[in-house]
Amino acid sequence: MNRLEKLESLSIYIIREAYREFKNLCMLWSIGKDSTVLLWLARKAFFGHVPFPLVHIDTNFKIPEMIMYRDKLAMEWKLTMIVGQNKKALEEKRTFPDGKVNRIECCRLLKSEALKYTLSGEFVRYKLNLETGKYEIWENKEPFTGVIVGIRADEEGSRSKERYFSPRDKQSEWDISEQPPELWNQFKTDFAPGTHIRIHPLLDWTEIDIWEYIKKENIPVVSLYFNQGNGKRYRSLGCWPCTKPIESDSKSLDEIIFELKSGKLKNIAERSGREQDKEDGGTLETLRKEGYM
Amino acid sequence: MENENNKDRLNIVVVGHVDHGKSTIIGRLLVDTNSLPKGKLESVKKFCEKNSRPFEYAFLLDALKDEQSQGITIDIARIFFKTNKREYIIIDAPGHIEFLKNMVTGASHAEAAVLVIDANEGIQENSKRHGYLLSMIGIKNIVVVINKIDIINYDEGRFKFLKEEYNNFLSKLNILPYSYIPVCARDGDNIVFKSEKMKWYNGQTLLEVIDSFEKEIVDEKKPFRMPVQDIYKFTAHDDDRRIIAGTVESGVARIDDEVIFLPSGKKTQIKTIESFNETQQSQIIAGMSKGITLKTQFYIKRGEVVCKTSEELPCVAHTFKVNLFWMGRFPMIYGKKYKIKINTNREIVYLDKILHIINASDLTTEENKTQIERYDVAQCVLKTLKPIVFDLYIKNQKTSRFVIVDEYDISGGGIILEPIKDEKSIVDKHVEQREFIWEKSIISPQMRASRFGQSPKFIVLTGTFSEKIDEIAKNLEKDLFDIGKNVYYLGSPKLLSGLESDFTTFDREEHIRRIGELARILTDTGIIFITTIVDLDDFESELLRSLNKPNEIIIFDLENILKAKDDIFILNTNYDVDTTLYKIKNILLNKNIIMEYYI
Ligand SMILES: Nc1nc2c(ncn2[C@@H]2O[C@H](COP(=O)(O)OP(=O)(O)O)[C@@H](O)[C@H]2O)c(=O)[nH]1
Repeated sequence: MNRLEKLESLSIYIIREAYREFKNLCMLWSIGKDSTVLLWLARKAFFGHVPFPLVHIDTNFKIPEMIMYRDKLAMEWKLTMIVGQNKKALEEKRTFPDGKVNRIECCRLLKSEALKYTLSGEFVRYKLNLETGKYEIWENKEPFTGVIVGIRADEEGSRSKERYFSPRDKQSEWDISEQPPELWNQFKTDFAPGTHIRIHPLLDWTEIDIWEYIKKENIPVVSLYFNQGNGKRYRSLGCWPCTKPIESDSKSLDEIIFELKSGKLKNIAERSGREQDKEDGGTLETLRKEGYM
Repeated sequence: MENENNKDRLNIVVVGHVDHGKSTIIGRLLVDTNSLPKGKLESVKKFCEKNSRPFEYAFLLDALKDEQSQGITIDIARIFFKTNKREYIIIDAPGHIEFLKNMVTGASHAEAAVLVIDANEGIQENSKRHGYLLSMIGIKNIVVVINKIDIINYDEGRFKFLKEEYNNFLSKLNILPYSYIPVCARDGDNIVFKSEKMKWYNGQTLLEVIDSFEKEIVDEKKPFRMPVQDIYKFTAHDDDRRIIAGTVESGVARIDDEVIFLPSGKKTQIKTIESFNETQQSQIIAGMSKGITLKTQFYIKRGEVVCKTSEELPCVAHTFKVNLFWMGRFPMIYGKKYKIKINTNREIVYLDKILHIINASDLTTEENKTQIERYDVAQCVLKTLKPIVFDLYIKNQKTSRFVIVDEYDISGGGIILEPIKDEKSIVDKHVEQREFIWEKSIISPQMRASRFGQSPKFIVLTGTFSEKIDEIAKNLEKDLFDIGKNVYYLGSPKLLSGLESDFTTFDREEHIRRIGELARILTDTGIIFITTIVDLDDFESELLRSLNKPNEIIIFDLENILKAKDDIFILNTNYDVDTTLYKIKNILLNKNIIMEYYI
């Protein structure tokens, strides 16, 4: 088996393990390339089906193409699509684009908090009706206790310290120093009541692996990743006020892969287009401890 | 454009005593192979200047804030880099004893290891302990780096001395390192670039060595082993396939191959290989996570191992000898219930006998310990409630390794050395002891039962649909009661709300054990005791049979889950209440369980 086949196989094993062990399981789908690969791997793991809900946190500032693409795939692949949002913060205009809070605080409100309370069932959750294509309030208020997340260890410092199965406490805080051992393919799957688990099937994947796999499997990704003729494309997707496209002519998967491997992006960090990472060296670490991915 | 899909990737773990230079070596590898993101080195150097600390290569790895403040590597981290030959993930494992579980976690995902020894401090306790653990985890590719050679003035004599001393130790563990390299990590000598300062050393640099590691020969040539991870039937999504999903640990299987499920022993042939977004496959090979469908449909559980009847089969045993490394917060003790996870199976396990504790640093053994303490390496005997499937470590590493869960935490890991045959199972031992101390009444169960024209019996109904078997059981109770029998039906919910109110989560093994013990008492009073258990398996029925001894059991299976026996009857009645009752009552009559019978 080659490298991509091996990565795929381990990820599928992990996803199946999560499905087996958690009754209230969901998968976060940010619409970006990583979590879309994750979704694809779930379809492979379950032979074309996705037997748990996909959860998307809508900050209200996502690039519109992302939302269209999300709903199109959700309909096509018959996904249980759940969407959550921090309605209160949005109503009170406590956002960076509204000028009331800084970028970090905005992320904390629209992503961390929205995620936390969407997972716990305390915020209203919306479910896509696959017949009508419309979102309806989801009656289910049960908290998700297992969450599959598409983070990669190569993304930036703190992520490289994760485990495949990573427990969070009740506050969904991440205690880095007390990570449980993971031996071979035996993960921590026994928990005291109240524990929440993040499952990370993509931990060993790199950015290039992701693109090569997208190409190999012919996975549909948002067009924003490609140069549409203006010499710009997104390398990493987020909210439009805080994510800038990079200068790049890559129009195809092959061109993106080439650019990453040998071209001008070879030694530049992936999230360099994300403004919130620049404000403080430990932002992601802080956000992560609070549960944002 | 070159196709890098096939470019190999190797996981390497760097281990050794704390401060011997692991992080410096990794930092140096990254810098000298130009693998750092642009600006990283400069920003770390600037950070050091700002905080008036001397620059350390180790800081490159300390991406985490709280780590930098503590100044020690607290967890494993993955670092990516590549050479012309292949890509690497370096797993940085901390050397502190408190973080041994992280070191073991890191090493268990590695295919090669770099063991670091400080030339000045020499071989320390953790240098040896790590060596020992690497041998237990099963890493074959090992290189030993003698670091800080600058401090001992690049002295060849000291290098040779350390090499010999350490090699003596490793050879006792059957580890043969690929080579020993003298390096000065701080200056990069013999890391990526050959050192000018050690003309006496003609060997390879560290980078050359790791590039020349061979990947372990794949497990394709070994007998086929696919632990069942799950059974899927997505009927709700209009999919009628019943797929046995799993990852193949070793070997190859093709469509039409005859397979056997262990421990249940059921046999059939592979009908199809299932996958998604792929062309139809005709075989499934070591490493793949796919699925199979079977020619015959029978009841299978997660944890069983699919093997081929044409090949050597694994061991099936409930008592076995292991090498165990303990990391739990609490010691491993006798009499406590633990869980063992091996392949995809999870079973209750007890510590049966500590053979000896091995001192990992000098390999001496200690015989008379009564418990296994944190960071002990023990050779011991474990006993599971139900038999488990495994291979011997020398035959197949992947299917011989296990972890032990104490309460909720993975607390130990190890490898199985051999099964111990002809040992009494946990239940047999228990029943023997129980019957020995049981104060027996003058009136025998038979005397009690003959009053009612019946013989005492423990009747179990099993099937997949719990409401249906419950309904049949209740009707059976009523019918027998109506003809004057002394009979009692107990449904699982009743048991749960009373006798099992101590359960925080449902514990099936314990549930079955309690039913068995209860049956022993109830049948002793001469009654016919009826209960239902969903999806009973062969071992659980054996468990009930043993627990109920010396009284007798009779099991009716409505789903064809069990193997038929003298006291196990398979009823193909499709859960129809009347036909099932008719059949059951006839069997009871034929077996003289009820003496007279009017329809
Ligand atoms: N003189 C000398 N010091 C070194 C060398 N390699 C590492 N060190 C120092 O040894 C200390 C411990 O190194 P570090 O890489 O943090 O060790 P770790 O705990 O094994 O990761 C640091 O202060 C390093 O600067 C070397 O080759 N020569």
